[in-house]
Amino acid sequence: MGRWVAAAIVGFVAAALIYSFATNERVQWGVIGDFLFDARVLRGVRTTLELTVLAMVIGIVLGVILAVMRLSANPLVKSVSWFYIWFFRGTPVLLQILFWGVAISALYPKISIGIPFGGPVIASGNANKLVTLFVAGVLGLGLNEGAYMSEIVRAGIISVDEGQQEAAASLGMTRLQTMRRIVLPQAMRVIIPPTGNETISMLKTSSLVSVIAVTDLTYTVTLIYSQNFKTIPLLLVAAIWYLFFTTLLSIGQYYIERYYARGTSRGLPPTPMEKVRLLMARRGGY
Amino acid sequence: MEPMLKAEGVHKSFGRLEVLKGITLTVQPGEVMCMLGPSGSGKSTFLRCINHLEKINAGRLYVDGTLVGYRQEGDKIYELRESEVARERAQIGMVFQRFNLFPHMNVLHNVIEAPTRVKGVRREAAVQQASELLDRVGLADKIAAYPAQLSGGQQQRVAIARALAMEPKLMLFDEPTSALDPELVGDVLDAMRQLASDGMTMVVVTHEIGFAREVGDCLVFMDEGVVVETGHPREVLANPKEERTKAFLSKVL
Repeated sequence: MGRWVAAAIVGFVAAALIYSFATNERVQWGVIGDFLFDARVLRGVRTTLELTVLAMVIGIVLGVILAVMRLSANPLVKSVSWFYIWFFRGTPVLLQILFWGVAISALYPKISIGIPFGGPVIASGNANKLVTLFVAGVLGLGLNEGAYMSEIVRAGIISVDEGQQEAAASLGMTRLQTMRRIVLPQAMRVIIPPTGNETISMLKTSSLVSVIAVTDLTYTVTLIYSQNFKTIPLLLVAAIWYLFFTTLLSIGQYYIERYYARGTSRGLPPTPMEKVRLLMARRGGY
Repeated sequence: MEPMLKAEGVHKSFGRLEVLKGITLTVQPGEVMCMLGPSGSGKSTFLRCINHLEKINAGRLYVDGTLVGYRQEGDKIYELRESEVARERAQIGMVFQRFNLFPHMNVLHNVIEAPTRVKGVRREAAVQQASELLDRVGLADKIAAYPAQLSGGQQQRVAIARALAMEPKLMLFDEPTSALDPELVGDVLDAMRQLASDGMTMVVVTHEIGFAREVGDCLVFMDEGVVVETGHPREVLANPKEERTKAFLSKVL
């Protein structure tokens, strides 16, 4: 009985809030419709997605490398990884983005590929041309993400039973083969959920690049509303797009998790699509 | 004839704890050596030294005439590079107490993984060999199953097939039936018996006295890191000479 009363109260309050918001003329729902598919907004969406994907790719690749380095027996390799994580986790990502956007061209106006310590130069270029603001944004987000991803990957690796490495070693597999074929695929079960979390987080953290004037989704809508003063509807436009892609990413994560769960339980529950198909089949059976 | 396994004064310590205090023994090709002893006596550690899963601190270990994990130049010995150790291990099969099958791969892929990746056997040939081996251990119908779908006894037989797929010259068994329900032990012992009669050289750490008596060519009784008594299984089990052997056997027989 008490449960029904609680549900009724919560339902009533939620309905009242939604009603007052949906019927509030100052929200200007029409304006949201006008700007949702505006060319500038869509370009901003694209930039946000590109930033997210590239930063996560850098973050994951770097994370795996750093995690394997951290677990290495070689003390130098281990401490390089430790230092990297210490540095990038220890400074705000906003500061790192600013650094890549501004300081790099000030510190190194020319970027060259060649032999270090004063050796011959193979190729060189103007730093401002090579490191565009977009690239600076990707670097800032990706290098920072690598530090966090490495801890996620390391947690995954140490979650795999030691007997697995011994079995692989006893079969003559090298450490690299063991890592790639035996340990990492099993570590994926532990790695995927927090990585999905990180990706969703990155989708929104990428909005920090507005500090170096990269026109992502958030920065684009602020540029538009600073001209037409339709602040609330434009912020809601951005919110709708972020929610849309967060939903897509959550669905993607669900299916990737299922893929890496194979062999771990006697049977997986049906996916929502399979449930629908089962239901249809049962209906048809009458 | 070159012995398949020769240990000379093998020592192993974990920190300050000395687990092996000078093990010396030999196993001839085709022989089955069973190792008995109370838990903590060092028999599993010795087994793990044979394929360099544990590094020995002193002494020499030879498999088929080759030093395990090291190479000797004059009086000095140097540890082998990781890839060289891997090549040595590929010739020594090992079966673990807890099976250690790869849970993310089905039975077929568990068996063909090492032959295709380590020895470069072609996939079709490896699949052919795997189905023959699985047939031999009575699991031909489980080829597509995942380890979690198998009983402990079935998993252990897959593990035996997986080790055999590398065509090892020596097989190590680390308490292969200790984690099994009593009714599943028989099938695993049958597979091992079959293997012994096919002429495989085997070192078996076990508590299965019956298996040691029936299949073993040689029995080693270990306690506190030393070999206490060694001899033909029937002889040692019927007439143990050492007090420690007598005390142990009176508890387990």
